[in-house]
Amino acid sequence: MAEATQFNIVDPGIEEGLEKLTEERKNEVLSKFVATLKKGRFDVYVNTCIHCGLCSDACHWYQSFKDPIYSPVGKVKQTIWEILRRDGKVDKDFIRRAAEIAFTECNLCKRCSMYCPFGIDIGYMMNMVRRLCHLLGVVPLYIQDTCNSHAVTMNQMWVKEDEWIDTVFWQEDEGQAEIKNFYIPFDKEGADVMFSVIGPEPKFKPQLIQEVATLMYIAGIDFTFPSFDGWDNSDMAMYVGDFETCERIKRAHFEAAMKLKVKRIVMCECGHAFRSVYDVGNRCLGWKAHPIPVIHAIQLYYELLKSGRLKVVKKIKEPVTLHDPCNVVRGRGLGKYARYIMEQICENFIEMTPNNEHNFCCAAGGGVINCGPIWRGKRVAGNSVKADQIKRTGAKIVVTPCHNCHSGIADIIETYKLGVKNVFLVELLLQVVEIPDELKVEY
Amino acid sequence: MFELLGSDLLYKFLRGPMCWVAFILFFVGSIYKIIRYTKELSQEKVVFVYVKPQYALKSYFHWFLPFGTRNWRLHPYMNLFTFLFHISLIFVPIFLSAHNLLIYESWGISWWTIPDKLADIATIIVIISCIFFLGRRIFIKEVSYVTYLSDYFILAIVFFTFLTGFLAYHQVYTYKIFLNLHILFGEIMLISIPFTRLFHIWSFFFTRGYIASEFGYVRKVKDW
Repeated sequence: MAEATQFNIVDPGIEEGLEKLTEERKNEVLSKFVATLKKGRFDVYVNTCIHCGLCSDACHWYQSFKDPIYSPVGKVKQTIWEILRRDGKVDKDFIRRAAEIAFTECNLCKRCSMYCPFGIDIGYMMNMVRRLCHLLGVVPLYIQDTCNSHAVTMNQMWVKEDEWIDTVFWQEDEGQAEIKNFYIPFDKEGADVMFSVIGPEPKFKPQLIQEVATLMYIAGIDFTFPSFDGWDNSDMAMYVGDFETCERIKRAHFEAAMKLKVKRIVMCECGHAFRSVYDVGNRCLGWKAHPIPVIHAIQLYYELLKSGRLKVVKKIKEPVTLHDPCNVVRGRGLGKYARYIMEQICENFIEMTPNNEHNFCCAAGGGVINCGPIWRGKRVAGNSVKADQIKRTGAKIVVTPCHNCHSGIADIIETYKLGVKNVFLVELLLQVVEIPDELKVEY
Repeated sequence: MFELLGSDLLYKFLRGPMCWVAFILFFVGSIYKIIRYTKELSQEKVVFVYVKPQYALKSYFHWFLPFGTRNWRLHPYMNLFTFLFHISLIFVPIFLSAHNLLIYESWGISWWTIPDKLADIATIIVIISCIFFLGRRIFIKEVSYVTYLSDYFILAIVFFTFLTGFLAYHQVYTYKIFLNLHILFGEIMLISIPFTRLFHIWSFFFTRGYIASEFGYVRKVKDW
């Protein structure tokens, strides 16, 4: 039986969903789910796991609480094994707890798959529990809202088209105060790069749009932003388990690039959006990989530094450490590029331990931070191991090249009073790269 | 009861028809399940397209190597016992001279054998490993939390097969009883492989190979 945690959090989305859930709907969805559990990959996983518990130490939740209910296999036990044992006949309390586990106690970071001797993909299994909750209509309020926004507006934050265009114009204006003739081209056909951002950038952090555009402008990249749907590359639908919406938004993203006939897409410093492109979204659409070249901002910065299109004129003096976001480092092996950048721009770069693909998750990713502020306390408590990791480095700056990591680590820094600053890579880069004289604004 | 356990009749039954039943169930059951899973997995569309042998082989190598992965290094005792346990578990039954002799008597074929002394040591290793695994199941909280009755059952089959084999070889107490029990447990183990989580002896190669390909091919990082 599923155990309750010490956190007694009531999520209005989950509660309302449970209230509306009829007995017929529950039985229908669960009987289909049980049939899925009894064949293919699920059946192999369930019949292979030898219950050795070796995945436990891989999980930051378990490492932080040292309570077996938070171990990866413990979460599978409370959800999937229990559904199988009861042959799908579970009550609403069970579903409430299953939703809590799948949405708020697992970041789908897949570190456990790396530590399981059998390589059982527990992240995949937890995502399928989310899918079950989605089909039952029992989803935390905030993340469901982002998914609704995706379905209606094709972006995560209910940003209307005119608001998006206006925000980019505003950032162009701001940038012109620093860089001569600076402009952010919209809808430029045949550009080398279509830069796509996540919905929260225009909503909460518009300066990032200006910063990255400035960097590309200085480097002389032929880039463009789409003014229409598809500018947002984020994908909370995949984390809700709403794969139908996931398909629609990924298609819109790729189609924007096709429409603009760009050579490739460069994605902002975001992890989950990148995962959605190379891992989840493409498979939902039935594609083996993404249909046009897509790279992450880290790769772009690496290319620009390596080729000398961006020149580093000074280095960051303060000690800097790097948080490896799961979805770009464990997910796509970009650790080596990030390290090259760090070595180029920092005088004193300190590694976290463990690092690279073994790094601990920020506990915000996998849609957990998107479950809203009511879960914040639990999420931060569930990652004391990250706080220790940062503290041990003695660094004054943590680089977090991912939006969820950035916000999650900001919460950790604040709660554990680490006295560290956390920044995106682009923010550091702009401090150290050369701005050619002809681009400088004279006052 | 003891008379029956030590009887020639039981011995003949276990060595004769029961032995055939066990081996047939083991082979047919395993092959059936492998075919069934292969079919179901190929229907999943997103599984086999990503499986690449080069990544799978690299991953097998690291996970089969003692201390070859970070998690093994984090759990040195578990790694050591797992490694010795599985090596012994596979090699002793196949290369034991007594088992070889039985096959030679029946079919006139035989293969290499390991010295009885070595087999003895390997058997003791299996028995100690079982006790170690049992200890983990009882005393380590993250393991005991996910331990079911079936886990003890699986462990008991292996433990008693090797314990009775050891006692029979050394002719402790009544040889015939332990011999019969040894054969019985061995046959239960064979039959259990396709129908319990002992199936991991086969499925390991799929699950490990798949995640290795997922990591190597899609995620471009190592998985050890």
